[in-house]
Amino acid sequence: MVNMQMTGAQMVLKALEDQQVDTIFGYPGGAVLPIYDELAKTKDTNHQIRHFLVRHEQGASHAAEGYARSSGKVGVMLVTSGPGVTNAVTGLTDAMMDSIPLVCISGQVPTHLIGTDAFQECDAVGITRPCTKHNWLVKDISDLSRILHEAFYVASSGRPGPVLVDIPKDIQFQTGTYIGPDTVKHKSYRPKLKANIDNIDDALKLIAESEKPIFYTGGGVINSGNAAVQLLREFVRLTGFPITSTLQGLGAFPGDDTQFVGMLGMHGTYEANMAMNKCDLMINIGARFDDRITGKIDEFSPNSKKIHIDIDPSSINKVVDVDVALVGDVAHVLEDAIKLWKSKVYKVNKSQIKDWWKQIDTWKEVDSLGFSEGKKTIKPQYAIQRLYELTKEKDVFVTTEVGQHQMWAAQYYKFNKPNRWITSGGLGTMGFGLPAAIGAQVAHPDKLVIDIAGEASILMCIQEMSTAIQHKLPVKIFIINNQYMGMVRQWQELLHDKRYSHSYTDALPDFVKLAEAYGAKGIRAQSPSELDKAINEMIDYDGPVIFDCVVDENENVFPMIPSGKAHNEMLLGDETEKEEISDEGKVLV
Amino acid sequence: MSELISKHTVSVLVDNEPGVLARVIGLISGRGYNIDSLTVAEVDAEKHISRITIVAPGTEETVNKMISQLQRIVPVKRAVNVTFEKQGIEREMALVKIVSTGEKRVESMRLSDVFRAKVIDTTHDSFVFELNGSPRKIDAFIDLMKPLGLSEVSRTGVVAIARGTEKM
Repeated sequence: MVNMQMTGAQMVLKALEDQQVDTIFGYPGGAVLPIYDELAKTKDTNHQIRHFLVRHEQGASHAAEGYARSSGKVGVMLVTSGPGVTNAVTGLTDAMMDSIPLVCISGQVPTHLIGTDAFQECDAVGITRPCTKHNWLVKDISDLSRILHEAFYVASSGRPGPVLVDIPKDIQFQTGTYIGPDTVKHKSYRPKLKANIDNIDDALKLIAESEKPIFYTGGGVINSGNAAVQLLREFVRLTGFPITSTLQGLGAFPGDDTQFVGMLGMHGTYEANMAMNKCDLMINIGARFDDRITGKIDEFSPNSKKIHIDIDPSSINKVVDVDVALVGDVAHVLEDAIKLWKSKVYKVNKSQIKDWWKQIDTWKEVDSLGFSEGKKTIKPQYAIQRLYELTKEKDVFVTTEVGQHQMWAAQYYKFNKPNRWITSGGLGTMGFGLPAAIGAQVAHPDKLVIDIAGEASILMCIQEMSTAIQHKLPVKIFIINNQYMGMVRQWQELLHDKRYSHSYTDALPDFVKLAEAYGAKGIRAQSPSELDKAINEMIDYDGPVIFDCVVDENENVFPMIPSGKAHNEMLLGDETEKEEISDEGKVLV
Repeated sequence: MSELISKHTVSVLVDNEPGVLARVIGLISGRGYNIDSLTVAEVDAEKHISRITIVAPGTEETVNKMISQLQRIVPVKRAVNVTFEKQGIEREMALVKIVSTGEKRVESMRLSDVFRAKVIDTTHDSFVFELNGSPRKIDAFIDLMKPLGLSEVSRTGVVAIARGTEKM
C-alpha cells in the first residue's frame, strides 16, 4: 500500500470510503472543521463523498435514518461538538428504538480541554450512552481507524442500531497510521445468526399441529434483508396461514395479498387483532411484543402457544413468555426452517386451517377500516386512499410524521415491497417524516418519495425544506391538515372528557405560501372533487411540493384498542358505545 | 418462576475499556433495576478483561431480564446469575472501626476472635478489624459491634465465583 500515514480527518474520509459510504448528512461547526476541510479537498477527486447539508442536526439524523431504511445501507451523519451532538440525540434515540444502523461522527473539543467546560463542549459519549448501541471517544490517533471500522461493524451486525464516534479536534489534526477494514475484527461482539436446529424442529411441530395459527411479523424481517423477505413469503405461502404485521414490518409481505389480514395492534384491523386473540399458535418473526401490539398484557392471546424468532436474546420473554425461542437472524432461521419442513415432509392441518380462515372472514366482514365519505369535506382516510390509488403503479417510498395521519397511512396505503415504508414507530418522533423523506430521496433520486404528514408534526422539522431545495430533492409533503394535534385530541376526547388542552394549533402558516417562500410548489385541496387532480399535479411536479390537504377536523383513528384493554375489546368507531377507561388504563400512554 | 424477591449475585465479564462500568450501571438504573452492591476489577491483564459482581434485589425473572439486557452491551462478554445457576461462593471483606474503652473494648476483642477477624490497627481507644466472609457473617459481626462502640464500616461488596470445575 501507498503511504498510509495521514491525519485523523483524512482517516475519517478514508474509512468512510473503505466502508463503501458515498453519502453523509451533516452540519459543520468548530470541532469538525478539519473533517469538513478534507471534504472540500476531495471535491475534485474520484473519492468524492456526497455531503448533504441539513438545517438542523435532528434533520441530519432522520435523513440518515431515511437513507438507511430505504436502502438497507448504514446511514452516516457528521455533526459538531456540543449542540451538534445534543441536537442529534432525538434521531439517535429514534434509531435505537427502531433498530436502524446509523454511524454518527461528532467533533469534540481538543483532548486537553475535555472536562474544562470548554466552548461547545458536552459529554457526548455520556449523553448518548443510553441512546446508542455503542459509542467511542477517540483519545489516541492510533485507535481512530480501528474504531471507525468497528463502528460500522457494530451498527450493522446483530440487531442493528446507532453508534457514535466522538473525535476531539486535536486528534483530527494529528498524523497516524491508517489501517483498513480487513485487518479489524471486533474482539468480542459476535451476534448469533443461526438458531438451534432442534428448537426449529420443535417450532415446526407446533406449526404442523396448529389449527388456528397466525404469523405476526415485524421490522426484524426487513432489517434482516431481502433474503429474509423472500423466505418469509415462501414460508407463509407454504403453510397457507394468515399473516399480520406490526407497523414496522409493513411491506415484508405484500399488503394486497389475500393471506395478509392487515396491521395489528392499537389501530390494527379487527380481523388481525381478533385472530391474535383467538389463535392457538402465534409465530412471531422479528417483532418484539411492543405495548402498542399487545394491549392489556394479561389478556394477550390467552390460548396460544408462541414461537419467537429474534436476533436479540433480550427480546425473548421480555414482555411475553414464549414456548419456543429461536435466537438468530430471520433469514438464517427461515432458511433452516423451510429446509427442515421440506425434508421432514411436515404438513399443515388443512381442514382446520380452512375453518380458521372462515372464522377470519367473518371478522373481515366487520369492515373495520370502513368510513363514510364526505361530500363537501375530505375525509383523511379518503385522502390517503386516493393518494394510494393514484400512486400505486409507481415504486413509491412513503415516510410519515407521527400521529393520526401516520396511522391512517399505515391503514390505507398498501405496501408490497420492503423498505418502502419509513416511519418512527418506537420513539414516535414528530418531525421525522420530512428529513426521512430527504434521506430516502437521496438514496433513490428517481423514485417518488412522499412524506405523509400532519400540520403539527411537519412544523417540527420544516426547516429541512431548505435542504430539499438546495439539493434538488423533489420530495412531496402531503399534509393531512385538520388543525389539531389529532392524536392528542383523540386521547383527550377518550380520556379527558373532551377538554382539548392545547391540542389546537392556532396561527398555522399558509402552507402554500410557505412552500413558495422556500422555492417549492404549494398545492391546496379542500373538497373531494378537486382531490385527484391536485394529487396528480403534485406527482407530476418536478421538485419539492407541500400539499395542504384540508380535511374533516373531527375524524378519529379507528379501530382502536383503548389503553388497558385487550385485543377483543376494540372500539370500531365513534358510534360504538364507549366504556369508561379504567384508572389503570388512563396512566398508560 | 419464583415471584420471591431476594438478593441475586450476578457476575459480568467485560472488556476493560473506558466507560464500560458506566454502561453497565447506566443500563441497570435506566431500566429500573436496583443495585445493592457492586465490585469491579481487572482479572486478566493481558486480555484486558474485568469482572463486575453485582448484587441486585429482585425476582428470578426480573434478574434474568436484567442479565439479558446486560448481554446486549457490546463490551459485555458474559453475564451469569451466580446465585442460582452455579451455586456460587460469595465473599466480602469489611474494615470495622470500634472506638471504646474498658469492658466494651475487651468484649469487642473477644468477639472478633470468634469471627476470626484480624486487628490491623489499634490505639488505646480503638481497633480496626479486618473481616472476611459471607455478607451475612459480616452483617452479624457489625450487629454485634453496635453496642460496643461501632464507629465506622467500610465494605468491599460481594465477589463471587462458581463452585467446582465449572468456568464462567
